[in-house]
Amino acid sequence: MAILDILTLPDPALKQVSEPVAVFDDELRAFIDDLEETRRNGPAAVGIAAPQVGRFQRIVILDCSTTRKPVPNHGRLVLVNPEITHWEGYEMAREGCLSVPDYTGNVIRATRIHLVARDPQGASLAFDMEGYEARAAQHEIDHLDGMLFVDRVVSRRTDLFKRKVYQKGGKIK
Amino acid sequence: MTNHWYMLTLIGEDKPGIVAAITQALFEQGMNLGETSMLRLGGNFTIMMMVNGVDDETGLRERLEPVIEAQGMCLHIDPIKARLHEHLLPNIQVTVSGADRAGIVAQVTAALASAGFNVLDLESDVAGTADKPVYIMQIAGVAEVSVEAIEQALETLRQDGVDVNVSPIETYIG
Repeated sequence: MAILDILTLPDPALKQVSEPVAVFDDELRAFIDDLEETRRNGPAAVGIAAPQVGRFQRIVILDCSTTRKPVPNHGRLVLVNPEITHWEGYEMAREGCLSVPDYTGNVIRATRIHLVARDPQGASLAFDMEGYEARAAQHEIDHLDGMLFVDRVVSRRTDLFKRKVYQKGGKIK
Repeated sequence: MTNHWYMLTLIGEDKPGIVAAITQALFEQGMNLGETSMLRLGGNFTIMMMVNGVDDETGLRERLEPVIEAQGMCLHIDPIKARLHEHLLPNIQVTVSGADRAGIVAQVTAALASAGFNVLDLESDVAGTADKPVYIMQIAGVAEVSVEAIEQALETLRQDGVDVNVSPIETYIG
């Protein structure tokens, strides 16, 4: 196990699109262990994506079970080749990033998503996620597509009236 | 470059090109910008910006004079400590809306202060129409106490018909 170096803005490698994982072997699983150790070492990191440590493969880890106020979550998840197949509603909340130290901003994300992925052994996974956990998955999958939350930050002022109108947007079926 | 930082406050009637003109003048005189806030309040454009560089207060004023005059702005300068890279993370947000009347901001912020809430960011707008103005305010801040304790501190305002929402900010870091 090792704590890996985290790439930070403005490293151009963070803009790189990551490749799907094709081989589910011990080397992959050893890397995932290192990625998890790196996540735990990061200040208050809930999630992490492989490209943040310079490995451009579609692997993310998130754990939304430790928020101050409990939120709906599936515990610690290792998601290989994650793909969001359904989005619903949207809401704004504050995000930060291990790759963007000392900065947080408001980002609009889908309220509910359906996500499919593989586990570290290559078995299929599927989840319905909402709120904070859905946000986590969207933030991390953005990393796999070379996108940072700073590319999506919006002003609270600009968004105020949208929020009023669409406050229940997440509940529309 | 000196290590002295100044806060420039600039205010003038809003029109296109103010930011470009001011920041170009600062750039040409070798000044460096820190964090800034620039926004339109009513029909006025307001700028607060941290700068440092070769000029001291007198130099800044002299060299900015022509562009300030051309843009029809007022300038105020204060020496400050920069304290960059020390962002505090807000953990509670409060939104307030109600018919505009004197004292809303004072009452809400007094209640928040009594609960130990430190305001990091407060934005307020007068919405509605001239006949029926509505006051809308969003506050983000840090408090050691719970959301419930903040709610309690604001309870009397609610009874006065002000719509107040308090919610935790759970910042996602990933």
